[in-house]
Amino acid sequence: MAEFILRRILQALLVLFVMTVLVFFGIHVIGNPVDLFASSECTKACLDEIMVNLGLDRPVWQQYLIFLGNLAEGDLGRSFTHGVPAMSLIWERFPATLELAVAALVLALGIGLPLGFYAGLRPESILSKVIMALSMIGFSVPIFWIGLILILTFSVYLGWLPAIGRGELVSVLGLEVSFLTLDGLRHLAMPAFTLSLLMMSMVIRLTRAGLREVMTSDYIRFARANGVPEYRVLGWHAMKNLLIPIVTVLGMEFGGVIAFAVVTESIFSWPGVGKMLIDAISVLDRPLIVAYLIFVVTMFVLLNLVIDILYSLLDPRVRLGAGAV
Amino acid sequence: MAPVLTLRGLTTVFGKGTQELRALDGVDLTVNAGEIVALVGESGSGKSLTGFSINGLLPANARITGGSIDLSGTDLRTVPAREMRKIRGKEVGMIFQDPMMTLNPVLRVETQMRDALRAHDPLPRAALRERLIAALAEVGIAAPEQRLRAWPHELSGGMRQRVAIATALLHSPKLIIADEPTTALDVTIQGQILALAQKLCKERGTALIWITHDLAVVAGIADRVSVMYAGRVVEEGPVDAVLDAPAHPYTRGLIDSVAANQPKGTRLPMIPGRMPLLSDLPKGCVFAPRCSRRSALCDSTSPPPRATGQGQTVRCHHPLTEPAGALA
Amino acid sequence: MITAERPSRLRAFTTAFLGSPTATVALCVFVAMTLAAIFAPLIAPQDPYDLRSVSILDNLLPPGETSFDGLTYWLGTDGQGRDMLSAMLYGLRISLVVGLASGVIALAFGTLVGLVAAFRGGWVDALLMRIVDLQLSLPTILVALILLVILGRGIDKIIVALVVVQWAYFARTVRGVALVENARDYVDAARGLRLPPLRILFHHILPNCLPTLLVVATIQMAQAISLEATLSFLGLGLPPTRPSLGLLIANGFDYLQSGRWWISVLPGVVLLVLVVSINVVGDRLRDVLNPHLRG
Repeated sequence: MAEFILRRILQALLVLFVMTVLVFFGIHVIGNPVDLFASSECTKACLDEIMVNLGLDRPVWQQYLIFLGNLAEGDLGRSFTHGVPAMSLIWERFPATLELAVAALVLALGIGLPLGFYAGLRPESILSKVIMALSMIGFSVPIFWIGLILILTFSVYLGWLPAIGRGELVSVLGLEVSFLTLDGLRHLAMPAFTLSLLMMSMVIRLTRAGLREVMTSDYIRFARANGVPEYRVLGWHAMKNLLIPIVTVLGMEFGGVIAFAVVTESIFSWPGVGKMLIDAISVLDRPLIVAYLIFVVTMFVLLNLVIDILYSLLDPRVRLGAGAV
Repeated sequence: MAPVLTLRGLTTVFGKGTQELRALDGVDLTVNAGEIVALVGESGSGKSLTGFSINGLLPANARITGGSIDLSGTDLRTVPAREMRKIRGKEVGMIFQDPMMTLNPVLRVETQMRDALRAHDPLPRAALRERLIAALAEVGIAAPEQRLRAWPHELSGGMRQRVAIATALLHSPKLIIADEPTTALDVTIQGQILALAQKLCKERGTALIWITHDLAVVAGIADRVSVMYAGRVVEEGPVDAVLDAPAHPYTRGLIDSVAANQPKGTRLPMIPGRMPLLSDLPKGCVFAPRCSRRSALCDSTSPPPRATGQGQTVRCHHPLTEPAGALA
Repeated sequence: MITAERPSRLRAFTTAFLGSPTATVALCVFVAMTLAAIFAPLIAPQDPYDLRSVSILDNLLPPGETSFDGLTYWLGTDGQGRDMLSAMLYGLRISLVVGLASGVIALAFGTLVGLVAAFRGGWVDALLMRIVDLQLSLPTILVALILLVILGRGIDKIIVALVVVQWAYFARTVRGVALVENARDYVDAARGLRLPPLRILFHHILPNCLPTLLVVATIQMAQAISLEATLSFLGLGLPPTRPSLGLLIANGFDYLQSGRWWISVLPGVVLLVLVVSINVVGDRLRDVLNPHLRG
């Protein structure tokens, strides 16, 4: 077990190192950020001064070593445009993204599981076919377009839901959250739903396919033959078997959801890290871009580790130390 | 002694309308308390389906269209689906073929047994646990407290089948349907499970239906035997009578094809042909196409059940009279 | 023997495919859209790239309005006065080109990597598959985003980015199939006959990879079109002078709040129909070609 975790951590560090090299040098190939945000009256001397201030006058490899040294101390550099440490900007923005992603996850499970369950139990009914067709569309359609349609319907025509921002915030344990106020919930509804669609489609499909397989198994027949009530058979005996693939896939997808939040946040002007990244890209704020990437990749690696552990809790057959490589 | 279970003319079909297939056709069966009745036949003969028809766990595309299922005075066909749950596990227990598949792989033994117990007996937690430990001890499981906390994959096949038997016996049902419960086990374990089932059944006076295709198992455990072919009971009677002097050519063929019944070095006789498809059943006797005693009558008329001298009932126009070689 | 069987196999495959009405409709829709895209210069009422034919005075007209010089804008005009129908036909052209080109290049490159991995084995295989795993573990949008930040805008650049995010799927698929086929008796037999390795590869192994590759390619193409639209929407894909469907939607986004829905919604509908029809075709191909993958 300890060896397994250690091995995973080493693996993760290697991935991180490769990513820093790729991202850092990749970003440095592109244009000079100073040209973008220095005022047009700025002379050559003034430009040089900015370059020195930002450390851009040194060779790239030196910049990278400095960057790596700082990284070891948890410092990812200062944002060119905001003038504050990139990490503090990310920490400031991240709760908004996390709230959005978690809300999407809750929606995906809360809506996807029952729909998938229904489609699995009554595969021949019309409603099931509609559910499956919708999940197919959820898979195919670019989510930004769904976002647009939602805005058009609920903001522009019906005027029920606000199209931008987070709304009224409440502080919980030092985190600002939207979902505890009515106004915040109204702001959260559309972006969270948009972001959840892909996951929801996946949950529907996994649940349906899994349920159809599980329901023909002997152990479900055995539970029924023992008179175990149907709600218990479906809600626990079958459900626990279904949750294994669902948790695995959702765990792997959750990182993708954080990444896809870039799109959702841009549409709904949700002030999270995704919106920040797009803004940073448009002004070539290198440290901020690099910091975001390192942050997201680190989160990925941690998530995968958590999923492995969660998986072993759900499925007793998986032995962490022995089975996993 | 009043029978625990009486099936009269049980008919179960798959599908609907013109696509309808008769998987069970007029099955009669009687099981008394403390009696073990073996249900024998090839796969597809409808023996498992008979079991599922009794406890109402038919697949979604199957339904019972005729006959009666009398369980100590109640016709189970008149019991609404919702009420059937209260009978399953309490009045009728069931044990399945493959113990590797019968227990839910992601639930502890305790959870599964507790759910089965609570289904009919809402006891406080501590009392539940005691009952479960006692139940496991009764089927010969050592250290039942630890086994209770185990996951199914941590137990051997024989152990799992014991757990399944203990679970099915929790409420001392009047009737237990055992669907080939020893087929997937090693021969030595098979013997142990057979002995256990026999002992529990006799001690408690439980009626037991033992579904199998293995005639050696039938000889070892059963009091009576019903031979099924293409959804019909073709021969029924006391186990000794049927095995020693089968009246139906099909039963005779089954017995002859058991290797132990033939002298060494001789070719093992086989029944020619194969069981007809449900969609393509012969008009008269379903066994006629494979039968050596077939006559014109067999092709036109389905034989009615008739009694032989030895207490057997047989559905055959030309029953055998000479005895078969005794089972080893 | 194989050649003799081929026509009947093809016919059986076609019959099986057309057995699903939904898939047949989807295929027809896809073919129709492809034809419309190819012949866009002939059927479009206006050349949206030709600034002389576009009049800013005609901007933001709702569908069905007529311009000063008598041209009817059946689907309205955008913020610069371009005819939406024409813009969409040309946009469809770009989206399809991007999807096809990136799909084909990714397919070729991924197949090569997959075959090399399967046949070299050992550390080459291990290394290549590690890279594939790493690639697949990162969300596609993130990788594409970073690449476009580095590369900048342009049709060639977005194709490069899409190839990078797609090749790994092909590589993994081909390696899997090739390993299975390589272990089959007929390949052993071919080796026993001392057929040259390349011949074995092209005559025996590659043809057996094709069905699976076709399925993956179809679904990847839908993904690529969708991803290109998303990236263009974020302002990272194509130059604004040659708008794809995604960029058209993005351009219309600003007008959405004021109720001018057609600029965004109509290209969106086209995109939706395109992507869904490709996916339906892909699903059907999978069912027909490989019944084991059903589910």
